[in-house]
Amino acid sequence: MDALVNKRIKEVLKGDQNAFAEIVELYQDKLYRVCFRMLGNKHEAEDIAQEAFVRAFINIHTFDTKRKFSTWLYRIGTNLCIDRIRKKKPDYYLDAEVSGTEGLNMYSQIAASEELPEDQVMKMEMQDRVQYEISRLPDKYRAVIVLKYMEDLPLQEISEILEMPLGTVKTRIHRGREALRKQLSNM
Amino acid sequence: MNKCPEQIVHYMHEYLDGDISGEHEQELKTHLASCPSCQQHMHELSKVAAFVQSASHISAPNGFVEGVTARLPKETSKVGMKRWFHSHPLLTAAALFMILMSASLFSSFNEDQHFSFTKQPNLVVEGEKVIVPAGEIVIGDLVVKNGDLQIDGEVDGNVTVINGQYMASTANVTGEIEEINQVFDWLWYKIKAGAKDVASLVDGKEDK
Ligand SMILES: [Zn+2]
Repeated sequence: MDALVNKRIKEVLKGDQNAFAEIVELYQDKLYRVCFRMLGNKHEAEDIAQEAFVRAFINIHTFDTKRKFSTWLYRIGTNLCIDRIRKKKPDYYLDAEVSGTEGLNMYSQIAASEELPEDQVMKMEMQDRVQYEISRLPDKYRAVIVLKYMEDLPLQEISEILEMPLGTVKTRIHRGREALRKQLSNM
Repeated sequence: MNKCPEQIVHYMHEYLDGDISGEHEQELKTHLASCPSCQQHMHELSKVAAFVQSASHISAPNGFVEGVTARLPKETSKVGMKRWFHSHPLLTAAALFMILMSASLFSSFNEDQHFSFTKQPNLVVEGEKVIVPAGEIVIGDLVVKNGDLQIDGEVDGNVTVINGQYMASTANVTGEIEEINQVFDWLWYKIKAGAKDVASLVDGKEDK
Protein backbone atom coordinates (compact mmCIF):
# COMPACT_ATOMS: atom_id res chain seq x y z
CA MET A 1 0.00 0.00 0.00
CA ASP A 2 2.76 2.44 0.92
CA ALA A 3 4.57 1.89 -2.37
CA LEU A 4 1.40 2.76 -4.25
CA VAL A 5 0.81 5.79 -2.04
CA ASN A 6 4.35 7.04 -2.53
CA LYS A 7 3.92 6.74 -6.27
CA ARG A 8 0.74 8.79 -6.07
CA ILE A 9 2.46 11.36 -3.85
CA LYS A 10 5.15 11.84 -6.49
CA GLU A 11 2.44 12.45 -9.04
CA VAL A 12 0.76 14.97 -6.76
CA LEU A 13 4.07 16.76 -6.36
CA LYS A 14 4.28 16.99 -10.14
CA GLY A 15 0.96 18.80 -10.11
CA ASP A 16 -1.49 15.96 -10.68
CA GLN A 17 -4.50 16.64 -8.47
CA ASN A 18 -6.23 13.48 -9.66
CA ALA A 19 -3.53 11.40 -8.04
CA PHE A 20 -4.47 13.00 -4.76
CA ALA A 21 -8.09 11.96 -5.20
CA GLU A 22 -6.83 8.37 -5.32
CA ILE A 23 -5.04 8.87 -2.02
CA VAL A 24 -8.24 10.25 -0.49
CA GLU A 25 -10.10 7.22 -1.83
CA LEU A 26 -7.67 4.89 -0.08
CA TYR A 27 -7.73 6.58 3.32
CA GLN A 28 -11.14 8.20 3.54
CA ASP A 29 -12.73 5.50 5.71
CA LYS A 30 -9.90 5.31 8.20
CA LEU A 31 -9.67 9.04 8.70
CA TYR A 32 -13.39 9.66 8.72
CA ARG A 33 -13.86 6.92 11.30
CA VAL A 34 -11.28 8.37 13.67
CA CYS A 35 -12.77 11.83 13.31
CA PHE A 36 -16.26 10.51 13.92
CA ARG A 37 -15.20 8.64 17.05
CA MET A 38 -13.36 11.69 18.33
CA LEU A 39 -16.10 14.19 17.57
CA GLY A 40 -19.25 12.10 17.83
CA ASN A 41 -20.97 13.95 15.02
CA LYS A 42 -21.19 12.90 11.39
CA HIS A 43 -21.26 16.35 9.85
CA GLU A 44 -18.38 17.58 11.91
CA ALA A 45 -16.44 14.41 11.25
CA GLU A 46 -16.88 14.84 7.51
CA ASP A 47 -15.87 18.48 7.69
CA ILE A 48 -12.76 17.84 9.76
CA ALA A 49 -11.69 14.74 7.84
CA GLN A 50 -11.98 16.64 4.57
CA GLU A 51 -10.07 19.55 6.03
CA ALA A 52 -7.35 17.11 7.11
CA PHE A 53 -7.01 15.87 3.53
CA VAL A 54 -6.83 19.42 2.24
CA ARG A 55 -4.02 20.17 4.68
CA ALA A 56 -2.26 16.99 3.70
CA PHE A 57 -2.46 18.10 0.08
CA ILE A 58 -1.10 21.55 0.81
CA ASN A 59 1.75 20.18 2.93
CA ILE A 60 2.46 17.06 0.92
CA HIS A 61 5.98 18.27 0.10
CA THR A 62 6.82 18.02 3.82
CA PHE A 63 5.87 14.36 4.02
CA ASP A 64 8.84 12.04 4.30
CA THR A 65 8.06 9.11 2.00
CA LYS A 66 10.28 6.85 4.08
CA ARG A 67 7.63 7.03 6.79
CA LYS A 68 4.13 5.68 6.92
CA PHE A 69 1.61 7.90 5.21
CA SER A 70 -1.29 6.89 7.45
CA THR A 71 0.66 7.95 10.55
CA TRP A 72 1.19 11.38 9.07
CA LEU A 73 -2.42 11.66 7.97
CA TYR A 74 -3.78 10.52 11.32
CA ARG A 75 -1.61 13.13 12.99
CA ILE A 76 -3.12 15.91 10.91
CA GLY A 77 -6.61 14.55 11.55
CA THR A 78 -6.32 14.03 15.30
CA ASN A 79 -4.77 17.46 15.76
CA LEU A 80 -7.70 19.04 13.95
CA CYS A 81 -10.17 17.03 16.04
CA ILE A 82 -8.52 17.99 19.30
CA ASP A 83 -8.54 21.64 18.22
CA ARG A 84 -12.18 21.38 17.34
CA ILE A 85 -13.10 19.74 20.62
CA ARG A 86 -11.32 22.46 22.58
CA LYS A 87 -12.87 25.29 20.63
CA LYS A 88 -16.30 23.79 20.55
CA LYS A 89 -19.02 26.09 21.65
CA PRO A 90 -21.44 24.37 24.00
CA ASP A 91 -24.46 25.35 21.93
CA TYR A 92 -23.00 24.14 18.63
CA TYR A 93 -25.41 21.28 18.28
CA LEU A 94 -28.49 23.02 19.50
CA ASP A 95 -28.76 25.38 16.58
CA ALA A 96 -27.48 22.90 14.02
CA GLU A 97 -29.27 19.68 13.18
CA VAL A 98 -30.98 18.44 16.30
CA SER A 99 -34.16 17.64 14.43
CA GLY A 100 -32.41 14.39 13.60
CA THR A 101 -33.05 13.86 9.93
CA GLU A 102 -31.00 11.70 7.56
CA GLY A 103 -30.93 8.73 9.88
CA LEU A 104 -29.09 10.57 12.59
CA ASN A 105 -30.44 10.05 16.02
CA MET A 106 -30.03 12.44 18.85
CA TYR A 107 -27.24 10.49 20.48
CA SER A 108 -24.88 10.96 17.60
CA GLN A 109 -25.44 14.67 18.02
CA ILE A 110 -24.63 15.00 21.67
CA ALA A 111 -21.89 17.41 22.52
CA ALA A 112 -18.98 15.80 24.30
CA SER A 113 -19.59 17.70 27.48
CA GLU A 114 -23.28 16.90 27.69
CA GLU A 115 -24.39 14.43 30.30
CA LEU A 116 -27.58 12.48 29.81
CA PRO A 117 -29.89 11.27 32.56
CA GLU A 118 -29.09 7.69 33.47
CA ASP A 119 -32.39 6.20 32.40
CA GLN A 120 -31.86 7.58 28.92
CA VAL A 121 -28.36 6.15 28.80
CA MET A 122 -29.67 2.74 29.79
CA LYS A 123 -32.14 2.74 26.92
CA MET A 124 -29.47 3.43 24.30
CA GLU A 125 -28.58 1.04 21.54
CA MET A 126 -25.16 -0.50 22.01
CA GLN A 127 -23.55 1.46 19.15
CA ASP A 128 -24.85 4.75 20.48
CA ARG A 129 -23.76 3.86 23.95
CA VAL A 130 -20.20 3.20 22.82
CA GLN A 131 -20.04 6.52 21.05
CA TYR A 132 -21.62 8.29 23.99
CA GLU A 133 -19.15 6.88 26.50
CA ILE A 134 -16.20 7.67 24.23
CA SER A 135 -17.40 11.25 23.86
CA ARG A 136 -17.53 11.64 27.64
CA LEU A 137 -13.84 10.88 27.93
CA PRO A 138 -11.49 13.84 28.30
CA ASP A 139 -10.01 14.46 24.84
CA LYS A 140 -6.49 13.43 25.80
CA TYR A 141 -7.73 9.97 26.73
CA ARG A 142 -10.21 9.87 23.90
CA ALA A 143 -7.58 10.08 21.18
CA VAL A 144 -5.50 7.17 22.53
CA ILE A 145 -8.53 4.98 23.21
CA VAL A 146 -9.95 5.55 19.73
CA LEU A 147 -6.63 4.83 18.04
CA LYS A 148 -5.90 1.78 20.15
CA TYR A 149 -9.26 0.07 20.34
CA MET A 150 -11.13 1.29 17.31
CA GLU A 151 -8.28 1.47 14.84
CA ASP A 152 -6.29 -1.30 16.47
CA LEU A 153 -3.02 0.57 16.12
CA PRO A 154 0.19 -0.45 17.90
CA LEU A 155 1.17 1.78 20.83
CA GLN A 156 4.37 2.81 19.02
CA GLU A 157 2.37 4.15 16.09
CA ILE A 158 -0.02 5.98 18.40
CA SER A 159 2.96 7.63 20.02
CA GLU A 160 4.13 8.81 16.58
CA ILE A 161 0.69 10.03 15.57
CA LEU A 162 0.14 12.03 18.74
CA GLU A 163 3.80 13.02 18.96
CA MET A 164 4.13 12.01 22.58
CA PRO A 165 6.46 9.55 24.31
CA LEU A 166 5.40 5.91 24.44
CA GLY A 167 5.21 6.12 28.23
CA THR A 168 2.68 8.94 28.02
CA VAL A 169 0.58 6.96 25.56
CA LYS A 170 0.52 4.02 27.96
CA THR A 171 -0.39 6.19 30.93
CA ARG A 172 -3.23 7.75 28.98
CA ILE A 173 -4.56 4.42 27.83
CA HIS A 174 -4.50 3.18 31.42
CA ARG A 175 -6.34 6.26 32.65
CA GLY A 176 -8.77 6.20 29.75
CA ARG A 177 -9.52 2.58 30.49
CA GLU A 178 -10.08 3.33 34.17
CA ALA A 179 -12.34 6.26 33.28
CA LEU A 180 -14.42 4.06 30.98
CA ARG A 181 -14.58 1.36 33.62
CA LYS A 182 -16.15 3.84 36.01
CA GLN A 183 -18.50 5.16 33.35
CA LEU A 184 -19.66 1.63 32.56
CA SER A 185 -20.02 0.46 36.13
CA ASN A 186 -23.82 0.51 35.81
CA MET A 187 -23.88 -1.89 32.86
CA MET B 1 -9.06 -3.83 48.09
CA ASN B 2 -7.26 -1.40 50.39
CA LYS B 3 -4.71 -4.00 51.40
CA CYS B 4 -3.90 -4.90 47.80
CA PRO B 5 -0.42 -4.05 46.53
CA GLU B 6 -0.51 -0.75 44.64
CA GLN B 7 1.18 -2.11 41.53
CA ILE B 8 -1.48 -4.75 40.89
CA VAL B 9 -3.75 -2.39 38.95
CA HIS B 10 -0.73 -1.26 37.00
CA TYR B 11 0.02 -4.87 36.11
CA MET B 12 -3.55 -5.29 34.95
CA HIS B 13 -3.01 -2.52 32.41
CA GLU B 14 0.34 -3.92 31.35
CA TYR B 15 -1.39 -7.21 30.83
CA LEU B 16 -4.13 -5.62 28.73
CA ASP B 17 -1.53 -3.75 26.67
CA GLY B 18 0.21 -7.04 26.04
CA ASP B 19 3.55 -5.84 27.38
CA ILE B 20 3.72 -7.45 30.79
CA SER B 21 6.85 -9.24 31.92
CA GLY B 22 6.67 -12.88 33.01
CA GLU B 23 7.48 -11.86 36.53
CA HIS B 24 4.70 -9.27 36.74
CA GLU B 25 2.25 -11.63 35.14
CA GLN B 26 3.01 -14.30 37.71
CA GLU B 27 2.53 -11.81 40.53
CA LEU B 28 -0.75 -10.61 39.03
CA LYS B 29 -2.12 -14.12 38.60
CA THR B 30 -1.20 -15.13 42.10
CA HIS B 31 -2.91 -12.05 43.49
CA LEU B 32 -6.04 -12.38 41.38
CA ALA B 33 -6.45 -15.98 42.49
CA SER B 34 -6.82 -14.83 46.07
CA CYS B 35 -8.55 -11.46 45.71
CA PRO B 36 -12.17 -11.22 44.49
CA SER B 37 -12.17 -7.43 44.36
CA CYS B 38 -9.14 -7.30 42.04
CA GLN B 39 -10.72 -10.06 40.00
CA GLN B 40 -13.74 -7.82 39.59
CA HIS B 41 -11.55 -4.87 38.63
CA MET B 42 -9.73 -6.93 36.06
CA HIS B 43 -13.00 -8.22 34.68
CA GLU B 44 -14.37 -4.69 34.30
CA LEU B 45 -11.24 -3.50 32.53
CA SER B 46 -11.43 -6.37 30.06
CA LYS B 47 -15.06 -5.52 29.48
CA VAL B 48 -14.09 -1.93 28.63
CA ALA B 49 -11.85 -3.15 25.83
CA ALA B 50 -14.54 -5.45 24.46
CA PHE B 51 -17.12 -2.71 24.78
CA VAL B 52 -15.10 -0.13 22.84
CA GLN B 53 -14.13 -2.67 20.21
CA SER B 54 -17.75 -3.53 19.63
CA ALA B 55 -18.21 -0.21 17.84
CA SER B 56 -19.14 -1.00 14.28
CA HIS B 57 -16.87 -0.02 11.47
CA ILE B 58 -18.33 2.95 9.74
CA SER B 59 -17.39 4.29 6.32
CA ALA B 60 -16.97 7.77 4.96
CA PRO B 61 -20.20 9.17 3.52
CA ASN B 62 -20.89 9.18 -0.21
CA GLY B 63 -19.30 12.03 -2.07
CA PHE B 64 -16.50 12.38 0.44
CA VAL B 65 -13.72 12.30 -2.15
CA GLU B 66 -15.50 14.83 -4.36
CA GLY B 67 -15.95 17.03 -1.31
CA VAL B 68 -12.20 17.01 -0.68
CA THR B 69 -11.41 17.68 -4.33
CA ALA B 70 -13.74 20.67 -4.32
CA ARG B 71 -11.94 22.09 -1.31
CA LEU B 72 -8.43 21.77 -2.70
CA PRO B 73 -6.82 25.08 -3.54
CA LYS B 74 -7.10 25.81 -7.25
CA GLU B 75 -3.71 25.88 -8.88
CA THR B 76 -2.87 29.15 -10.57
CA SER B 77 -1.32 28.76 -13.99
CA LYS B 78 1.81 30.31 -12.54
CA VAL B 79 2.17 27.57 -9.92
CA GLY B 80 1.59 24.98 -12.59
CA MET B 81 4.23 26.51 -14.84
CA LYS B 82 6.70 26.84 -12.02
CA ARG B 83 6.27 23.19 -11.16
CA TRP B 84 6.67 22.29 -14.82
CA PHE B 85 9.75 24.46 -14.94
CA HIS B 86 11.27 22.63 -12.01
CA SER B 87 10.60 19.20 -13.40
CA HIS B 88 11.78 20.04 -16.93
CA PRO B 89 14.90 22.18 -16.53
CA LEU B 90 16.33 21.23 -19.92
CA LEU B 91 13.21 22.02 -21.88
CA THR B 92 12.87 25.26 -20.01
CA ALA B 93 16.42 26.26 -20.82
CA ALA B 94 15.70 25.51 -24.46
CA ALA B 95 12.53 27.58 -24.37
CA LEU B 96 14.38 30.42 -22.72
CA PHE B 97 17.05 30.26 -25.38
CA MET B 98 14.40 30.51 -28.08
CA ILE B 99 12.97 33.60 -26.48
CA LEU B 100 16.37 35.21 -26.12
CA MET B 101 17.37 34.45 -29.68
CA SER B 102 14.11 35.58 -31.18
CA ALA B 103 14.90 37.89 -34.04
CA SER B 104 12.24 40.42 -33.26
CA LEU B 105 13.76 41.22 -29.92
CA PHE B 106 17.20 41.79 -31.42
CA SER B 107 15.92 43.96 -34.16
CA SER B 108 13.83 46.01 -31.80
CA PHE B 109 16.95 46.68 -29.77
CA ASN B 110 18.84 47.85 -32.82
CA GLU B 111 16.04 50.00 -34.18
CA ASP B 112 15.45 51.60 -30.84
CA GLN B 113 18.56 53.78 -30.87
CA HIS B 114 16.99 57.21 -30.70
CA PHE B 115 16.65 59.28 -27.58
CA SER B 116 13.22 59.09 -26.00
CA PHE B 117 11.62 59.38 -22.60
CA THR B 118 8.29 59.16 -20.85
CA LYS B 119 6.35 62.38 -21.25
CA GLN B 120 5.93 63.85 -17.81
CA PRO B 121 4.98 67.51 -17.24
CA ASN B 122 7.80 68.87 -15.05
CA LEU B 123 10.83 67.43 -16.86
CA VAL B 124 13.69 69.50 -18.23
CA VAL B 125 15.61 68.22 -21.26
CA GLU B 126 19.22 69.25 -21.99
CA GLY B 127 20.51 67.62 -25.16
CA GLU B 128 20.19 63.89 -24.51
CA LYS B 129 19.73 64.24 -20.79
CA VAL B 130 16.48 64.35 -18.90
CA ILE B 131 16.44 66.27 -15.62
CA VAL B 132 13.94 66.14 -12.82
CA PRO B 133 14.56 69.61 -11.39
CA ALA B 134 15.02 70.17 -7.67
CA GLY B 135 11.73 70.74 -5.89
CA GLU B 136 9.74 68.99 -8.60
CA ILE B 137 7.91 65.72 -8.06
CA VAL B 138 7.25 63.43 -11.01
CA ILE B 139 4.24 61.26 -10.36
CA GLY B 140 4.27 57.99 -12.26
CA ASP B 141 6.95 55.80 -13.87
CA LEU B 142 9.77 57.33 -15.83
CA VAL B 143 11.61 55.61 -18.69
CA VAL B 144 14.54 57.19 -20.52
CA LYS B 145 15.97 55.48 -23.62
CA ASN B 146 19.36 56.28 -25.16
CA GLY B 147 19.89 59.21 -22.88
CA ASP B 148 20.85 60.09 -19.33
CA LEU B 149 18.64 60.85 -16.41
CA GLN B 150 19.44 63.18 -13.57
CA ILE B 151 17.10 63.37 -10.63
CA ASP B 152 17.42 66.40 -8.40
CA GLY B 153 13.79 66.40 -7.41
CA GLU B 154 11.67 63.34 -6.68
CA VAL B 155 10.03 60.54 -8.65
CA ASP B 156 6.99 58.85 -7.23
CA GLY B 157 7.24 55.68 -9.30
CA ASN B 158 9.68 53.31 -11.01
CA VAL B 159 12.65 54.60 -12.94
CA THR B 160 14.20 52.83 -15.92
CA VAL B 161 17.18 54.08 -17.88
CA ILE B 162 18.02 52.22 -21.06
CA ASN B 163 21.41 52.81 -22.67
CA GLY B 164 22.16 55.78 -20.56
CA GLN B 165 23.36 56.95 -17.21
CA TYR B 166 21.35 57.51 -14.16
CA MET B 167 22.30 60.09 -11.56
CA ALA B 168 20.45 60.61 -8.30
CA SER B 169 20.35 59.60 -4.72
CA THR B 170 18.07 56.61 -4.40
CA ALA B 171 16.07 58.28 -1.69
CA ASN B 172 14.41 60.50 -4.27
CA VAL B 173 12.68 57.63 -6.01
CA THR B 174 9.85 55.72 -4.39
CA GLY B 175 9.75 52.82 -6.86
CA GLU B 176 12.38 50.55 -8.39
CA ILE B 177 15.35 51.88 -10.28
CA GLU B 178 16.73 49.96 -13.22
CA GLU B 179 19.59 50.74 -15.55
CA ILE B 180 19.72 48.80 -18.76
CA ASN B 181 22.85 49.01 -20.83
CA GLN B 182 23.52 45.59 -22.25
CA VAL B 183 21.72 43.71 -24.96
CA PHE B 184 20.98 41.07 -22.40
CA ASP B 185 19.50 43.53 -19.97
CA TRP B 186 17.45 44.92 -22.78
CA LEU B 187 16.09 41.49 -23.66
CA TRP B 188 15.41 40.95 -20.04
CA TYR B 189 13.47 44.14 -19.86
CA LYS B 190 11.52 43.22 -22.99
CA ILE B 191 10.67 39.80 -21.62
CA LYS B 192 9.55 41.26 -18.35
CA ALA B 193 7.44 43.86 -20.02
CA GLY B 194 6.05 41.42 -22.53
CA ALA B 195 5.41 38.12 -20.83
CA LYS B 196 5.02 38.50 -17.11
CA ASP B 197 4.54 34.78 -16.55
CA VAL B 198 7.69 33.79 -18.36
CA ALA B 199 9.58 36.49 -16.53
CA SER B 200 8.52 35.26 -13.14
CA LEU B 201 9.58 31.77 -14.11
CA VAL B 202 12.97 32.95 -15.19
CA ASP B 203 13.18 35.00 -12.04
CA GLY B 204 12.77 31.94 -9.88
CA LYS B 205 15.38 29.89 -11.71
CA GLU B 206 17.95 32.46 -12.70
CA ASP B 207 18.42 33.98 -9.27
CA LYS B 208 22.13 34.35 -8.74
ZN1 LIG C 1 -6.61 -7.25 45.27
